[in-house]
Amino acid sequence: MANPTGIGASVRRREDQRFLTGRGTYTEDIKRPNQTHVHMLRSPYAHARIRGVNAADALKAPGVVAVFTGADMAADNVNSLPCGWLIHSKDGSPMKEPPHFPIARDKARYVGDIVAVVIAETREQAKDAAELIDVGYEDLPAVVSLRQAVDGSAAQVHDEVAGNLCYDWHLGDAAAVDAAFAGAAHVTKLDLVNNRLVPNAMEPRAALGEYDPATGEHTLTTTSQNPHVIRLLMGAFVLGIPEHKLRVVAPDVGGGFGSKIFHYGEEAIVTWAAKKVGRPVKWTAERSESFLSDAHGRDHLTHAELALDKDGNFLALKVSTLANMGAYLSTFSTSIPTYLYATLLAGQYKTPAIYAEVKALFTNTAPVDAYRGAGRPEACYLIERLVEIAAREMGIDKTEIRRRNFVPAEAMPYQTPVALQYDTGDFAKNLDMALPAVDYAGFAQRKAEAAKRGRLRGIGFATYIEACGIAPSNVAGALGARAGLYESAEVRFHPTGSVTVFTGSHSHGQGHETTFAQIVAERFGIPIENVEIVHGDTAKVPFGMGTYGSRSLAVGGSALVKAMDKVERKARKIAAHLMEAAETDIEVKDGRFTVAGTDKSVGIGDIALAAYVPHNFPLDELEPGLDEQAFYDPKNFTYPNGCHVCEVEIDPDTGVVSVESFSAVDDFGRVINPLIVEGQVHGGIVQGIGQALFENCVYDEDTGQLITGSYMDYCMPRAHDVPSFAVSWHEDQPCTHNPLGVKGCGEAGTIGAAAAVMNAVIDALAEHGVTHLDMPATPEKVWRALNQSRPAMAAE
Amino acid sequence: MYAFEYRRPASLAEAVSLLSQAEEGKILAGGQTLLPTLKQRLARPTELIDLSKVPELKGIREDGGALVIGAFACHAEVGASDLVKRRIPALADLAVHIGDRQVRALGTLGGSIANADPAADYPAAVVALKGTVKTDLREIAGDDFFTGMFETALNPGEVITGVRFQAPDKAAYAKFRNPASRYAIVGVFVARFGNEVRVAVTGAGPSVFCVTDMEAALAKDFRADALSGVAVSANGLNGDIHASPEYRAHLVTVMAKRAVEACA
Amino acid sequence: MSCTVTMTVNGKAVTREVEERTLLVHFLREHLALTGTHVGCDTSQCGACVVHVDGRSVKSCTMLAVQAEGASVTTIEGLAAADGTLHPMQAAFREHHGLQCGFCTPGMVMSAVDLVKDNPTPTESEVREGLEGNICRCTGYHNIVKAVLAGAEAMRAGEPAAAAAE
Repeated sequence: MANPTGIGASVRRREDQRFLTGRGTYTEDIKRPNQTHVHMLRSPYAHARIRGVNAADALKAPGVVAVFTGADMAADNVNSLPCGWLIHSKDGSPMKEPPHFPIARDKARYVGDIVAVVIAETREQAKDAAELIDVGYEDLPAVVSLRQAVDGSAAQVHDEVAGNLCYDWHLGDAAAVDAAFAGAAHVTKLDLVNNRLVPNAMEPRAALGEYDPATGEHTLTTTSQNPHVIRLLMGAFVLGIPEHKLRVVAPDVGGGFGSKIFHYGEEAIVTWAAKKVGRPVKWTAERSESFLSDAHGRDHLTHAELALDKDGNFLALKVSTLANMGAYLSTFSTSIPTYLYATLLAGQYKTPAIYAEVKALFTNTAPVDAYRGAGRPEACYLIERLVEIAAREMGIDKTEIRRRNFVPAEAMPYQTPVALQYDTGDFAKNLDMALPAVDYAGFAQRKAEAAKRGRLRGIGFATYIEACGIAPSNVAGALGARAGLYESAEVRFHPTGSVTVFTGSHSHGQGHETTFAQIVAERFGIPIENVEIVHGDTAKVPFGMGTYGSRSLAVGGSALVKAMDKVERKARKIAAHLMEAAETDIEVKDGRFTVAGTDKSVGIGDIALAAYVPHNFPLDELEPGLDEQAFYDPKNFTYPNGCHVCEVEIDPDTGVVSVESFSAVDDFGRVINPLIVEGQVHGGIVQGIGQALFENCVYDEDTGQLITGSYMDYCMPRAHDVPSFAVSWHEDQPCTHNPLGVKGCGEAGTIGAAAAVMNAVIDALAEHGVTHLDMPATPEKVWRALNQSRPAMAAE
Repeated sequence: MYAFEYRRPASLAEAVSLLSQAEEGKILAGGQTLLPTLKQRLARPTELIDLSKVPELKGIREDGGALVIGAFACHAEVGASDLVKRRIPALADLAVHIGDRQVRALGTLGGSIANADPAADYPAAVVALKGTVKTDLREIAGDDFFTGMFETALNPGEVITGVRFQAPDKAAYAKFRNPASRYAIVGVFVARFGNEVRVAVTGAGPSVFCVTDMEAALAKDFRADALSGVAVSANGLNGDIHASPEYRAHLVTVMAKRAVEACA
Repeated sequence: MSCTVTMTVNGKAVTREVEERTLLVHFLREHLALTGTHVGCDTSQCGACVVHVDGRSVKSCTMLAVQAEGASVTTIEGLAAADGTLHPMQAAFREHHGLQCGFCTPGMVMSAVDLVKDNPTPTESEVREGLEGNICRCTGYHNIVKAVLAGAEAMRAGEPAAAAAE
């Protein structure tokens, strides 16, 4: 009988008990004796020279312990926050990498840039005192939007970066694309904006720095998706603290969505300041601070053209994108619009020639980096919009044009013209599953019925593919990654047979404490209760790369399997010894080690006991103990894919779009915990719907002030803004190169949803001559689009 | 927020006296707008005078053909009141759609109208229902109460004690919410008293206003179609990233029609 | 400028000396170490801080501790029965995977319990409307709504924990 807590079971999450009873431990929940609070004084100007910082009055204010400025950090040789991925421009020159200091030194470059910090006994005292600091700002002209940044007459964010150009990169075969366009029967063109978003994990970022002068050890507790990466970046590059003297802990973390991957200045500030003041220093962002200072996502301006033959076969795609980096390079910012975007431009299609060029630009706005999907939603949105526009222009059904161009399952593994090699995928099958599920045939009737109620109904598809489980270190290294991209795991059997697993992956909502334990329970035939998963502490777990890019199971889970393989290899030797049999005669199933053809067997628990109490143990051949560690470096990306279908209705009087239904058919390879996978898809879908209909990060183009600086103006999807979803998948196409056959599911919803929703919106508006709208499709935007295409309405 | 002193008077007289003695006193009613304002350090009162224990501000009662609602009645209380639901169901409906459930548990009628947020809901009801704002000193006609964006006819130190709403024959409130903040981008309160019709609009302009052309059209023919030819000018209306003046002007007509339809 | 506040929190009388500007949420978290109630925004919208004050759900980030003088406050820590049995709403969130990162969860559960108290048989749409004061970034609400509907049913069935909690 299958293990009821093993692979494939919808095991209820083990982490829920603490979260549901208010016993989680988030960084802000930790209170150290004698701790101080730091308030970050942030620039109110988008671009200003800092003539001086006078903190004399603040230092006299009640409760103030210290005030520090960029000069204080410079005096201690604190360095710039590093960027983790080097991109080379078309001409071979390296990207421009201006320094990014935790506290600004010469200039403030965005509203929210830290210019001084106040440490006080209480949070309110620190804020009170910060108001007494006199910063001598010289306001400078700001570069806010991408259009402004490329304008030759624009101001420069960094004096040393001409034209605000970080890099001018390209990928693909331009000549082949030009040749294909020359022979095309039809060309579909599209200019689009991929709107800037604020990730908005519900737990605001927080950091707590501690220093023990007796041992010289620093501890940083932080809201991070990858504590080892923070330790490496902050220790080696920013503060110069050797790793054996620096512990980074990421306890319960309240969502990340990418925004908690990066090494932020506040982490370095609390770590450095804790030693300066000799007391723990704690910082917790207020939401308005998060809006200003968390790395934002997306923000592209793109022109794209798709060449087709007369039958609607794709011949070539060319794409030109401007990508906003913000004021400084955040940790992985440079890789997002390049290797996580342009490499996905083939989508699910066999387009033979693709060429993409990407200019990354600095602006006086918050840094932009990975946000759920990171590059792949941008690619999917672009392709899937083009495909539906082309279908409409050529009079081909939107599902038929996709079917004609899908990479067939038989063509796997498939080498795309943009560097990736897909291992598996049956895109037609996804579509075949989706069509009856959404009753595609019945859509016309639903549309007619909606029209009777005065509503415009539309249906939209997105057939997406993503690259996850990032990826072979050697390949990534060749492409400019400055880090390895493996994952670690340690499986420690205890003498009485229970297990502690130490994983380099980090869970901040994904439920690893449950799914990883299921994998162990399945392998060794033990109840899940006997397995504990430990993560998020560099003092406990082996060096790991953390969680992002839907990589935990594909890479971290594979490391776990490798470690379990090692445990089993050793256990087999011990079993052979205990049962006086040849090792080759030992058969292993569900944690029982049996001598083939006999009824002699021993369980993993007995083997563990023998390993720790080695009275009868092959000590000549084996060390005592049953505790194995593994690192796993994947051979390739994994390629989750699927078909998302959305139906919307539009109220033409107000322009309000309502999502009537959303169905997702996905291929995530093998599924470990269906309940958790569904939850990941649901959440992803709503973030995609959010981008399509609600969310937009807006800066004032003249002043660089953030207009959408709180939930009063940045529209987060709420429960009644969305419907319930129909989520399904198949497991016919497991990943071929990792031991679990898993592909990853964390970002899929977000990658497919925005395109599906916008395609549905445009489908609903098409009869009124609307061919494209940029996201988000807000009521006024939709109303205006309808109005431009119809006789003037009463109010005009 | 900045430090302040907290006072909790037990009577209206004590509240008025504390307010007059305070250096820079501010009334704390439900606090659902004031506290966020203080948290952002946008105001710096020296004293907060909490009215929660002032008995004169409580209760909902009938007064002739009208309803008198105490200034301290929270939105949840107004929304759930059988008396309000029976006499002016549109008012109860307005109250249960203010903010969210938690805001309605604390936010008060008096606090809402004293703050006079251009996007608040209650001002539309006060004007459309021919309300009278009662204070510790006097009664102010609803039509004269709201004088501008965040401005009212209240004198410094004057305390709202309640509002008298006339019960209409028919009324309804239709709101187009700001999807982010949930405040009204446009809210239209339509009330019919015999041959007289009131159409009060909140959210669209700096302060609540009546659309007299619509009132006249509806007085003649109380059907949504009667508003089809009545346009509202975008001049002087609010504009922000969520809605331009033109869009707001358009929405006034749409919401007014929906309110009339809801009256049926 | 400090004052003394006295209230009942999760059934226990507490008295503390606090600055008058102390918000109820900070009183709970910092003075009583009840860190289950979270702060997710500063404009009273996200609902991570929802607690019950005298039986009504309120945003504890938008109420001063002194305003709760004499009140009875229930936080997420006080929702389960004394023996640790989860409140039916807590149990429903677990059963239906109504939480992921857990940060919005305490406020979400407290709001759900309150809305079901007012409306014991809500429809899906009423649940969605009733949660308008709570933002979740992880779940897409699908499983939260499922959990609240199931929790409502369990509360109607009158599990003993429901009575014990308030």
